[in-house]
Formats: sequence, C-alpha cells, structure tokens
Amino acid sequence: MNFFLTIVLDGLIQASWLFVVALGLTLVFGVLKILNIAHGSFYALGAYIAATVVTMVAARSLPPSVGFVAMLLAVAMIASAVGWLLERGLLKMFYGRDEVVLLLVTYAVFLIMEDVTKLIWGVNPIYATQPYELFGNLEFAGLYYVGYDLVLIPISAAIGFAIWFGLNRTVIGKIVLAVIHNEEMSLSMGVRVNRVYAIAFAFGVLLAALAGALTAPKISMQPGLSSDVIILSFAIVVIGGLGSVEGAAVGALLVGLARAASVHLMPQAELFVIYLIMAVVLMFRPEGLFKRETARRI
Amino acid sequence: MNRFRRANRAAILASVAASFALVAPAAAQETFKLGIVTFLSGPAADSFGVPARNGAQFVIDQLNKGAAPSPYEKVGFGGIKVEPVIIDENGGATKQVQELRNLYQRDNVDVVLGYIGSGDCLAVAPIAEELKKMLVLMDCGTPRIFEDAKYNYVFRTAAHATMDNVGLIRYMKAKNIKMTTLSAINQDYAWGQDSRADFVAAAEQLYPGVKLQTDLLPKFGAGQYGTEISALVGAGSDVVYSSLWGGDLQAFVLQSAPRGLPKRSQLVFSAADHVLPPLGDKMPDGTIIGARGAYGLMSQKSPLNDWLFKGYEAANGVYPVQASYRMTQAILGLKAAVEKAMAKNGGKKPSTDEMVAAMTGLEWQTPGGLIQMKLADGHQAIQPIAFSRTKYNPDLKRVDLVDIQYFAAECVNPPPGVKAIDWIKGGMQGAKCD
Repeated sequence: MNFFLTIVLDGLIQASWLFVVALGLTLVFGVLKILNIAHGSFYALGAYIAATVVTMVAARSLPPSVGFVAMLLAVAMIASAVGWLLERGLLKMFYGRDEVVLLLVTYAVFLIMEDVTKLIWGVNPIYATQPYELFGNLEFAGLYYVGYDLVLIPISAAIGFAIWFGLNRTVIGKIVLAVIHNEEMSLSMGVRVNRVYAIAFAFGVLLAALAGALTAPKISMQPGLSSDVIILSFAIVVIGGLGSVEGAAVGALLVGLARAASVHLMPQAELFVIYLIMAVVLMFRPEGLFKRETARRI
Repeated sequence: MNRFRRANRAAILASVAASFALVAPAAAQETFKLGIVTFLSGPAADSFGVPARNGAQFVIDQLNKGAAPSPYEKVGFGGIKVEPVIIDENGGATKQVQELRNLYQRDNVDVVLGYIGSGDCLAVAPIAEELKKMLVLMDCGTPRIFEDAKYNYVFRTAAHATMDNVGLIRYMKAKNIKMTTLSAINQDYAWGQDSRADFVAAAEQLYPGVKLQTDLLPKFGAGQYGTEISALVGAGSDVVYSSLWGGDLQAFVLQSAPRGLPKRSQLVFSAADHVLPPLGDKMPDGTIIGARGAYGLMSQKSPLNDWLFKGYEAANGVYPVQASYRMTQAILGLKAAVEKAMAKNGGKKPSTDEMVAAMTGLEWQTPGGLIQMKLADGHQAIQPIAFSRTKYNPDLKRVDLVDIQYFAAECVNPPPGVKAIDWIKGGMQGAKCD
C-alpha cells in the first residue's frame, strides 16, 4: 500500500508543474492555433528570473518567504510583458499565413531565446534553493518529502481551477471560448479578436514562466532546460487533446503517474512509457482524449 | 633612361630585401599550432569545459614564458611557442567530426588535444586515424576507445573510468564501509553506463553477495530526480552509488539531502570534486567522493602541483579541479613527446610520425602524479588516484576533504592486453596495491 501511495505522490508532484506548462501550451493553441515551439523557452525564462530574484532577496538577508513571493510577482510581470510584446510585435505579422510559417516563427523565437538566456545568465548551472526549505519536510508512507514539492500540487490545482473558472464562468472567458470556437463569427459580433489573441498568448507565456519559477528552487538551471520541458508538454497536450484544459490535466496526470510507476517498477522504460501512452491514445483517439471532433467549415 | 633603369633596379632590390626582412622574423617565430577542444557552452561547460580551458590558458602562457618548473622550463615545446586554437565541444558528435577535420585541414594545426564527452571521443578518434593526424584525448572516460579499436595516431593521456570505480570500491573496503545492498543512479549514456558496469562488477568482487537493489539510468540533463530519490530512499540500501556530474549531480544533491537520502544510505560519487565549490554546505558531510585522479584538494604536494594549484587559483579565483589537471597533464605530456622527438631529429620541429613515436609508451611527471602510457600498446595512460570524504569547513566556507587515501596506478587500472570489465570480473588479477 505504501509503495502504491509513493508512486501516486511522486506522480502527482511530477504532474503538478507539468500541468501548468501544458496548460499554457494548450491555451495558446486553442485560441491562436499556434503550436508554440518556444513555450519551453518561456519556462526556462521564468526559472532564470526566479533564481535571480531569489538570489537578490537572499543577498539582502530577507526571509525565503519574501523571495518566494517576489519571484512569483517578478516572473508574472516580466513574462506577461514579454508575451504581449512578442504577440503584438512579431506573431501578428504572420496571422493568415500557413500554419507552418507560424510554427517556424516560434522555432526561431526558441533559438533566439536560447542564446538570449545564455547571454544574460551565462552557461554555468545556477540555483537558488532558499524557498525550497520554506515548507519544511513531511513524512509520508515511510518517506520524507520536501514540503515545497507537496505544496506545488494544490498550487497547480488552484491555477487549473482558476483557468477553468475564468474560461467557463466569466464574460471574458466566454469571449475567449467564442474566439476558440469560431473566430469569424466572434469578429462579426464585435469581439476584438486581436486583443483576445494578445491576452491569450501573454497568458500562455505567463503560465509557462510561472511553472519555471515554481520549479526553480529545486533544480539547477542550465542551458537545455527548455527543450526537455517542451517535449514533455507536447506529449501531454497530444494525449489530452490540443486546446483542452481538462485534457491538459488528465494528460499531465497520466504522464506523471506513468513515469513515477516506471521509475519504481521498470526504470529502463521511463521515457518509453510516456510515448507508449501517447501512441495508444493517438491510435484510438487521434484528436486526443478530450478534444471533440469538429466539422470542417467550407 | 639609364637613371630610370637604375632606379627601377634599386626599387626591385629594395622590395626583395624588404620581403626577406619580413620573411626572416616570420620563420624565426614558427609556432606549434595546437587545436584545443573543450566545452565552452552547454551543461558540461561549468564543471569541466571552462576549468579545462582555463587550465590550458594558464599552462600555455607559463610554457611560452618559460616560467614552468623543472622539467618543463624550456620555452613552449622545445623552444617553439605554442599557439592555441580553442573551439567549443558543445553540439554533438557529428559537429565534432566536422570541427576536427576543420582544425586539421583548414586551420592546419599540428596536433588536436581535448575532448571531455565519451561520445565525442568515440566519434573523432577514427577521423584522426583516417587523416593520419595526431589526436590527444585528455579526459573522456569510456574504456571502449582502445578496447573496441586500435589506433596509431590517437592517445589518451588520462586513465579511463575503470580506475574511478575500482579505486572507489577499494577505498570503501579500506574504510570498512558496510555494503550488503547497493543502489545506483547514473546517466543513460556511455559514461554513466560504463561507470555503472565497472562499479557493480568491482563491488561483486570485493563485496561478494552484494545485492543490487534500485538501478536507475535517468537521461542526461534530467534535472528533476524526485521520483528517483523516492525509489532510492524506499530501497534503503547501505550504499547509493552515482557517476552523475555537473548540473545533474548538483540537482541530485540539492534534492536528495532534504529527503534524508544521505542519512539512510552512504553516498559514494565517483567524480564529484568539481561540484564542491558551487555546492558548499549543501554537500552532505561524510559523502565519499573521487576526482578521477589525485587532483585538486586531494592532490599531493610537489613543486609541479604547487605551481599549478597556486598559479591557477591566482589567475582564476578558484582552485583547479579535475578538468584543469587533466588538461595540464595532456599538454605537459605532449610537450615531453615533442621535446623527445626533437632530441632525436636534431632539434627540428617534429613531424606527426616522429611525435607519435615519441608519445607511444611515454612516462612524464604531472601535478597529479606520474602518467604512464602503459595500455593499448602505449596509447592509453594509467595514473594514481585518490578518494576521500567531505566535511564542510564553516570558517573557510568551503568543503574540505578528509580521510584521503591514495592508490597506485597499477592497483586500480587493468594490466595491458586485458579488457577492463574482464579484468574486474576475473578478480582484478595482477593488481599491485602495496
């Protein structure tokens, strides 16, 4: 029983931050129909900014809680601004063109961001662990867990609920959903679609960066951080269905639990098992678990 | 007309004289062009690549000034100044193959020296052989370089990973570390897999009946080890072994310490000296570590070691770690080979074949001890190694190393003509450990 609980808990911890990253990716795809290759770079950006802020706070001998709050605020502000500027300054120039062109544009952004990150923070691993000790350690199922890891689960659930609530129970959310379902009709009804695009993209970037900030205190930031994350989050949104919030949640849970089970039971299959799930889902539901099939407009 | 001819002749003579004047000093300033390949970016840059580059810059600068201690006091290589051409190892094996060709064929370097990644070493060695150009591998760990192939133009001036793992097991035995159960976490590529195989095989020899419990091979650069740590803590083995390095090792230590892994199991890391400065008090006391040689804080006092340790520290603000030492021993070995070849050919800059002949089976003193090219028909080095335990020093705010023990090269390296894994599984016959 303890062994089973350990797998579940490890899976939930893994799924928590992956869900936040995947949520941003799926939101951007849902609204803008862009498969954002640069999404992982925004995760890395969030992690690096968080490490810088935490280090600055620690240098002033302020408590780790101040560092934790400051890193989230700083990341939220900078990431939203970066997202907004990128959408208004770059992506909107390519709307209406082939989807492949937008894919290539985001790939170019990914490459530029990789080098910008190296220019600003260098190539050496950096870390800022002060907030990791913020919530102490807890004993569970015979093992010690770091409180910070466990706190990530409710934080991610709250972010997921807020996004779901915002989309389904608020006027702005309903406008966004209208754009997702039919952009032309929304435009004819007076919706400022361009503004919805900018808000959705900035929000997607914010979510990726927030996930980076939340994981920053427990990892060592180094070049290459973004590519690992983007591969996993693509797998999650493909499993759950591109553009679906519920799909991102279930996809993240499946990936997190499968990976945890594999590490405990069959470590050799750790990566294989994620892509096995993706292949099985695509075989039986090519649109993903939660994406409804839609009639093609002619 | 005559005046014009005279003037013309004078101008021609003047230009010829001027061109001789230009050529003469150029010939006098003939250099030894040395291609140096090390990670300047990417995950291996901080821990290995940059310390190796800094080591190369320090040593070449000292050699060119004639400021190195005996027996390396001669300027450059046999009086010829060394001109380094440094390139980045980052980018994968395919890129490195092209870069190596560029170094030999476009930049016309005399020798290429470097390489940290095992995959890169395996990829570039056949290219140097094909081009009949000298290649000195300075760090990569996989024993397969010379066990799976035979090379004439390729040398490795540092011992391979077998030494790290056999030495580690011998250290544990010497310090009476209890090990009836063992767990392991290593990266899923050549270095991690070869290290794991050697350590497990050596453990089975010196700890008969040891049981391997959790055996994890996360991918290189995984960064997050929460689930792996649960599995390792859950297994509760006597010993947790790892050959993780760089950012991966730092992340593993940072994540495992608060979860009580160091309290439940004895941590043993085969190559961890390079993460001590960045980790500081985050590195748990009592962790057993190796440095892939008798390097850094585990180095032995000698004029050569004082020269490197103090000089490097003064130049870079940190003490030298394994990659700096390994780069230094490679450059000093090449210098010794070039000067040996020059002593034979009357003092001329030696050809590739003359350098290859001189390097084969060579022995030379380095800051990390005596290097002997004893394996792979004189192309693969063996060297002594040290292990120790960590202890944080709050006064100096750095990790000190205590309980240091040294092992002779022939105690921890296989003899010539035997594959490393066969030697270990055969009971490490012929090891000279006295």
